[in-house]
Amino acid sequence: MKRTQFSSPVLPYLFLLPQMTVVFIFFYWPSVQAIQSSFYLEDPFGFGSTFVGLSNYTDALGSGEYLKIAWFTAVFTIVVTFLSLSIGLLLAAKADGVIRGSSSYKTLLICVYAIAPPVAGLIGMMFFDQHIGPFVKLAAWAGWDMKVGINYYDTAFAMIVVSVWKQIPYNFIFFLSGLQGVPVSIREAAAIDCRSPARRFRTVMLPLLAPTAFFLLVINMTYSLFDTFGIIDVIVKDKAANNPITLVYKVYMDGFRGNDIGGSSAQSVILMIVVFVLTVFQFRFIERRVHYN
Amino acid sequence: MHRTKFFDHVILLAGVFLMIAPVVVAFMTSTHAAAEIHRDGLMLTWGGHFDETYREVLTRQGGFTGKVTGARMVMNSFILGIGFAAGKIVLSMLAAYAIVYFRFRLGVVFFWMIFTTLLLPLEVRILPSYEVMTKLGLVNTYTGLIVPLLASATGTFFFRQFFKSVPDELLEAARIDGAGPFKFFIDILIPLSRTMIAAIFIIMFVYGWNQYLWPMLMTNDESFYTLVRGIKQILLVWIGSQIPDYNEAFAMAILAMLPPVLVVVIFQSWFIKGLTESDK
Repeated sequence: MKRTQFSSPVLPYLFLLPQMTVVFIFFYWPSVQAIQSSFYLEDPFGFGSTFVGLSNYTDALGSGEYLKIAWFTAVFTIVVTFLSLSIGLLLAAKADGVIRGSSSYKTLLICVYAIAPPVAGLIGMMFFDQHIGPFVKLAAWAGWDMKVGINYYDTAFAMIVVSVWKQIPYNFIFFLSGLQGVPVSIREAAAIDCRSPARRFRTVMLPLLAPTAFFLLVINMTYSLFDTFGIIDVIVKDKAANNPITLVYKVYMDGFRGNDIGGSSAQSVILMIVVFVLTVFQFRFIERRVHYN
Repeated sequence: MHRTKFFDHVILLAGVFLMIAPVVVAFMTSTHAAAEIHRDGLMLTWGGHFDETYREVLTRQGGFTGKVTGARMVMNSFILGIGFAAGKIVLSMLAAYAIVYFRFRLGVVFFWMIFTTLLLPLEVRILPSYEVMTKLGLVNTYTGLIVPLLASATGTFFFRQFFKSVPDELLEAARIDGAGPFKFFIDILIPLSRTMIAAIFIIMFVYGWNQYLWPMLMTNDESFYTLVRGIKQILLVWIGSQIPDYNEAFAMAILAMLPPVLVVVIFQSWFIKGLTESDK
């Protein structure tokens, strides 16, 4: 905190008022409502609701469908996180090494960051389209009868490809700025001690990148859990029938298509707990990192 | 040595191809006629229908109500992007100023209350948020589109970090010269934060422009549709049509990505600085 501060009986409250109003109306109120309605069974026609205790939770956690979706979400999150982190790191390491054309590479590699997930999903759908999609033709040529939107695994494949594609630039930006933050003196000292660039990268640069990587790990997991909503929605188009979906998409489907308010809220609360754990993990880590610096 | 550099370039070019080729194909295909795309698949060449397709997409009155045009969606997207970015900057600068520069009893409490919003993304509380919006009568309004998105505290944290890095001597000197809280904020802090404001504006503009789920819930009146929101409508209209309007779908996708991509490319250095420093 600052050594000197203003003191005023009114001003700080006045300055905080707009932010706090928004936070209260659009964050605390709905969050409390989510928790509250997760304990109730709402009448679908709007005639009141009954307290049912934890049964919305046990219904969700006990249903095979929910567990299947949770399993898919976990696999999806791990695969997307792993692929987009490693491709991002590879490209950043190479972009950090070259001198000629490095700024053009950078510009071209980051611009996909600005594309909205559903727009990325739409482009992806065209590439995986039954009639015009080059990927489908390519797969057919290799003997793979790809049916995105009909076959469970093919749809999952398309979702992963699009989600990874969309996330690579973000990881690239952070890895590159992490690499460029490594002091020249350390690079020179490493170059004197070790001739192999690959080994140098592994033993010197990678440990220095660890904080960035951990930070990105959490960010990529939240991305796969939540921000891929647009991609998934465009690919499955409200027909979850035989398609893989993530937990967030199920919250949306149950709440807005199925009108199961209690069940949807209970699922929301379960997700809140997941995010909460992830965030606490992240902040503990960041505390440590600040300590190092 | 030269060989390793050569392979570095090969990998980077492959990466660029992977990232850019789909966008180029999307653009090139959008300049062809729908029947042509239906027959021959995606295109890598210029099709010569650029003018008519984009004019059609921007000016034709479409949708279920027949009153929304592409141009209207472009406008709505700009309203959401700019409104969100500007709102975020104003709210978060004021709040961060109060938290960093004032000594008051509830400071810590407020700080934690704002901090908590980072824990829960909008996606996990969509249904109750929607109910609150219906109670307040904000469905199908620009206020309902923009203001609830401001509830997350990313901006506040960013400015808090930045204000904390401003040397204490500035405030001491300003106070000796007799500057009050308003004068210090307007004449010293805001000019100092100019680059930061620009960086945050760019990030938030892209974020706002790209919103999908919230506009989807908040707007069922088509005159409030944004471009990104409109994507879903394209796909829904598609089901059951003989020859889908591939060209128009691609044109919409290109329109929806163009402004944020341009902003990011043009203001690249600010954008990267803001992104890598704010998320720490």
